[in-house]
Amino acid sequence: MHDFNYIGKVVKKNYYRSWGLIQKEDQLACVLSGDLEKDKQCYQANKKLLAYGCGSSYGDVCFNDDGLLLDSRKLDNFLDFEPQTGILRCQSGVTLRSINQLFVNKGWFLPVTPGTQNVTIGGAIANDVHGKNHHQAGSFGCHVRRLGLYRSREGCVECSQDENQDLFHATIAGLGLTGFIQWAEVQLKPIENPFIQTEKIVFSNLQDFETLSRDVDEAYEYTVAWIDSAAAVRNRGRGVYFCGNHANNTDQKIPSSKRIISIPCNAPTGLLNYPAVKSFNTFYYYMHKLTSKKKLVYYEPFFYPLDSVANWNRLYGKKGLFQYQCVVPLKAGIDLVEEMLSICSHYAQGSFLSVLKKFGDIQSPGMLSFPRQGYTLALDFRNLGQPTHNMFAELDKIVFSNNGALYPAKDARMSKEGFMQSFPKTENFLHHIDPMFSSNFLHRAILGEQH
Amino acid sequence: MTTPSIVIIGATSAIAEQISRLYAVQGAKIFLVGRNELKLDLIAKDLQIRGAVSVDILTADLADFKMHENIVEQSVKQLGDISHLYIAHGTLPDNEACEKDPLQAIVEINLNFNSVVSLLLHFAKQFQSQKHGNMIAISSVAGDRGRQSNYIYGAAKGGLSVFQQGLRNRLFADNVHVVTVKPGFVDTPMTAAFDKGLLWVSPQKVANLIVRGVDKKRNIIYVPGFWRLIMLVIIHIPEFIFKRLKL
Repeated sequence: MHDFNYIGKVVKKNYYRSWGLIQKEDQLACVLSGDLEKDKQCYQANKKLLAYGCGSSYGDVCFNDDGLLLDSRKLDNFLDFEPQTGILRCQSGVTLRSINQLFVNKGWFLPVTPGTQNVTIGGAIANDVHGKNHHQAGSFGCHVRRLGLYRSREGCVECSQDENQDLFHATIAGLGLTGFIQWAEVQLKPIENPFIQTEKIVFSNLQDFETLSRDVDEAYEYTVAWIDSAAAVRNRGRGVYFCGNHANNTDQKIPSSKRIISIPCNAPTGLLNYPAVKSFNTFYYYMHKLTSKKKLVYYEPFFYPLDSVANWNRLYGKKGLFQYQCVVPLKAGIDLVEEMLSICSHYAQGSFLSVLKKFGDIQSPGMLSFPRQGYTLALDFRNLGQPTHNMFAELDKIVFSNNGALYPAKDARMSKEGFMQSFPKTENFLHHIDPMFSSNFLHRAILGEQH
Repeated sequence: MTTPSIVIIGATSAIAEQISRLYAVQGAKIFLVGRNELKLDLIAKDLQIRGAVSVDILTADLADFKMHENIVEQSVKQLGDISHLYIAHGTLPDNEACEKDPLQAIVEINLNFNSVVSLLLHFAKQFQSQKHGNMIAISSVAGDRGRQSNYIYGAAKGGLSVFQQGLRNRLFADNVHVVTVKPGFVDTPMTAAFDKGLLWVSPQKVANLIVRGVDKKRNIIYVPGFWRLIMLVIIHIPEFIFKRLKL
């Protein structure tokens, strides 16, 4: 039975999820074919629309309970590539993985990449994702040259810095609310080979992180630190700095593709409990302390270590997980990060994987772009209900009283006040929302409607 | 290894597109035949970016059998020798609608069986003169045993499988390899196996398995392989029991 599909048909499906696995409402969805004629009944279904890509965002930016999801993953064709300049035009459902697979061996790499390859181009733009090179390259949106947007009234509209500029700025980091991104043109960056010269540096507190960051951010294109968020008070802030540069001339052989482990189902809720997180973090710290410091590695394990465990989110059990990612200005100081870590340990909810990075000062064109100069801290927590929310409320106080921001792509619980404080250009953005588009995030966090 | 030269008929189907991508990255010469010119153009450009040395397209209504000879001629004109022919077009008929309107059933069988037979016979002449090559057609597990829910489609695919057995037998002496592909359930949008169960696989995976099977000179490829076992069980259920089952 080949080609058994529901392309172009509107159906209710229960497998649309976001990475946090917290929301489980069935979604009405429609797989776009790319053929405008065929897709008409999706676009004109008289429902509020929202693009859905890989579902790698954590909360509800990719959900549309009362509307219709436009599943973009069949829009996976490359449209144009200029080998002299590295400008790639592709449909919005093309994933970062398929770009890497094809282009690393041709000497091109993504200008910016998040920690997973399971992201569509449309999703990377709509969430304006960032990566380990933010201090040198800015966010993904800084490298988008043009895009094609479907708008319910105007039809297909082209946007760039020169054409429909405001709409272009609203669509980058626009959370899919300005219309459906059909294609985009992205500037890739030249590389000599697919290997990364890495260095890891163990540090024992956040002051050391701060001192180190000045050197490594200069010496390395890619930097990010892992923090032991469950460490005892005397060890608080210890961690490992992971740094890397694209390697030049190496005769290293490309490793054969590694087997991907998959977590088949939800783990018991208690698996990643506090003692488990604590011992894992301690183990992880000493493992890096004891192993080699400089190493030449293939790009995949360096950029996407978690992609080798498919569905790792299921380890958090059936209640799912939250990620709390904030950014606070540099002038607020590294002590603020320490304060947040102490709140986590006060609530005995150590985060399994905690990541700290210093964002640089390159501004994204996106109106609702999250990355801005400062410290960004990302913490993963299993969903324990009210105690977890209480902890978030405390963290919020610190973030917002210091002029910080939260990241919508990772969020499932921020308030309207929090959103407004995070994104001062919201007022302007609202004018660009397509009236036929919506998302759960729009209703919850941007408009602040109660359920 | 010489450059593969591939003809793909029904090139806009999900499996066919994934198959052609696998050859594109090997730097193949590719000839795409299908109905939708816009989609063919899009795929052709995509395959070139992926590494195909050349991609040419031909729009054709495959139900028009008189055109079939021309398809062979055009393929040879574009590629010279053909290393692989993939026939992937087909429809999944609405069984109930066909039961109400037998003419509809004939239309479906015409496309899923007759047109494939005609194409294979036309191409067989070319392969016979080349004395090498692979002729691959996509059949289905549905052709292994008739079931009330889709026996019209099943009959067409079953007929195709039998036809290919004979063709395989005939062309063996000419060093031409005939492959029957029997996919199970293919999920066209690539989704995790959330509600669909383990029997569903993505067209990408199916394409990988097909191309690997063809390279290994398999005759009949079940994709994924476990369908061989499932069908082995199904075809051995005695008819007096089978006719009572709701399948």
